[in-house]
Amino acid sequence: MLREDIIIDIFSGWRSFLRKCLFRVLRVGPIPSHIAVIMDGNRRYAKKKKIDDMTGYDAGALALLHLIIYCMELGVKYVTAYAFSIDNFRRHPEEVQKIMDLTMESVMLLTWISKLRLVRVHFAGNLQLLSADIQDAAKRLMESTAGYNNFVLTICICYTCSDEILHAVEESCKEKWDDGIGIMGYDEGNDYERLIKVVDIEKHMYMAIAPDPDILIRTGGEYRLSNFLIWQSSCCHLSSLGTVWPEFGMFHLVWVVLDFQQNYRYFAKKKLQL
Amino acid sequence: MDFSNESRVLHRCSAQIGNLLLRSLWHLVHSIISICNFTLDIANVLESYLISSGLLGRYKSLHIAKLRYLAIVIDSEGAYQTSKIIKLLQWLEAVGVKHVCLYDTEGILKKSKDFVLENLDGAILFQDAHENNVLLDQQHMILEFVSFSDGKEAVVKAANVLFIKYSKHVVIDQNQKEKIFTESQMSEALKTVGLFFLSDQVDFRCYYQFFLLFVNLSFGTSSFLLGSGGPEPDLLLVYGPARCHLGFPAWRIKYTEIVHMGPLKSMNYGSLIKAIYKFTMVRQNYGK
Repeated sequence: MLREDIIIDIFSGWRSFLRKCLFRVLRVGPIPSHIAVIMDGNRRYAKKKKIDDMTGYDAGALALLHLIIYCMELGVKYVTAYAFSIDNFRRHPEEVQKIMDLTMESVMLLTWISKLRLVRVHFAGNLQLLSADIQDAAKRLMESTAGYNNFVLTICICYTCSDEILHAVEESCKEKWDDGIGIMGYDEGNDYERLIKVVDIEKHMYMAIAPDPDILIRTGGEYRLSNFLIWQSSCCHLSSLGTVWPEFGMFHLVWVVLDFQQNYRYFAKKKLQL
Repeated sequence: MDFSNESRVLHRCSAQIGNLLLRSLWHLVHSIISICNFTLDIANVLESYLISSGLLGRYKSLHIAKLRYLAIVIDSEGAYQTSKIIKLLQWLEAVGVKHVCLYDTEGILKKSKDFVLENLDGAILFQDAHENNVLLDQQHMILEFVSFSDGKEAVVKAANVLFIKYSKHVVIDQNQKEKIFTESQMSEALKTVGLFFLSDQVDFRCYYQFFLLFVNLSFGTSSFLLGSGGPEPDLLLVYGPARCHLGFPAWRIKYTEIVHMGPLKSMNYGSLIKAIYKFTMVRQNYGK
């Protein structure tokens, strides 16, 4: 079945009606503005279904597509997905290449979706680690969708939080150098202005395009963040689900949002404090 | 005209009824969830009791050596409950955990650290442990107290340190694509920021003086490990209403297992053992 047919299928029929009713009830309470996901469990899914790993990743890509559509219907404005970590380069080269091929296919599909639903697509990470063709395709897609702001999809690729912080520190230093600030002959009256501040670092983060996430979901039953959005998740509801990523569906999303709504006042209070 | 007024009134009434119905459904769903959570809590309490009394055999032997460094995040409300914190640390000591980092956002635990140390036999502070070279000493429990200011603000301080260091030596091209700094340089800057900045006062002259210190200090395997630049915990236990790390220094929890333990006021020994046991069963791929 073509991916485009799948998208059309999602929007049609009684499933769509049921989903709309369910989401209408959910929207009585606070809806998260930004949901981030660590899509863990694709290979375990493949093993369980006795299929090859790449078919497992394909199923994972489809689950992400479903999540995007559900979030758009629910009223979530930002979705961020952890597609590929810098650490994942340590996997077998053949597996890495297949993931890169899947990334290229996904870029093509996202190009089609973004035109259909006016989605802004952003790739966050050290894109220089990607091959030239994927880099170009990603940059073209980011440029062509830069004007859309109804819904923002961020794909974290070649990303780790520590690399992001380091990159932000470097860019902040370059900015200060560019302003002609150095330690020689500094003016005591303007000391504070010369220092790098939190706001300088945050504006140079790969994730500066989106607000801090309200919910960070990790599938696969794991309880760690694996170097993903740690800087941004100080007041974020961390949700760990036992289901593997390709099996993540509408009811899992509903469950996570309900859990978020149960703790909403606590997180709102914390955001004001921090 | 009357007909359109009537239809407007009818529309408004049906919208209000619809909203009321939706709100009722929403509250009903949340009530069901609260009941389910309450039932789960009771089940957890029962299980904790069974673990504490030693009736569940698999929890009797923990491979505690795997847990080299434990961090505990405590919500603001819980941070004032010093007696509970001391009890928790005593449980950890009894289990065999020797290195613990305590975190709360506002630094309340830092203020009560003397009281905690007095009431915990033989416990010492991380910086004292290093100064006296007793990091590897298994007799004492080593405690570290960390707060929100050791997170983002520490990274900012480290950034300024690196900025000063390299502004003297490097000609920077804005179009330069290669990395200027490495993660290990950032880690070293964070470690020494933790050593030097014991107060939150920021002054440009401080950075310059610190830069001289930074250049002249030699860092080997015995570097100071404090606050922002301390070791990465293997496990992080969150005592609060929700599962959230509340701004624990980001540089230190890249691959840390984060487990939610519930509010500190309802802490119990069985849940602690269960959390540690589950951690010892985890196998990480680190991206592979």
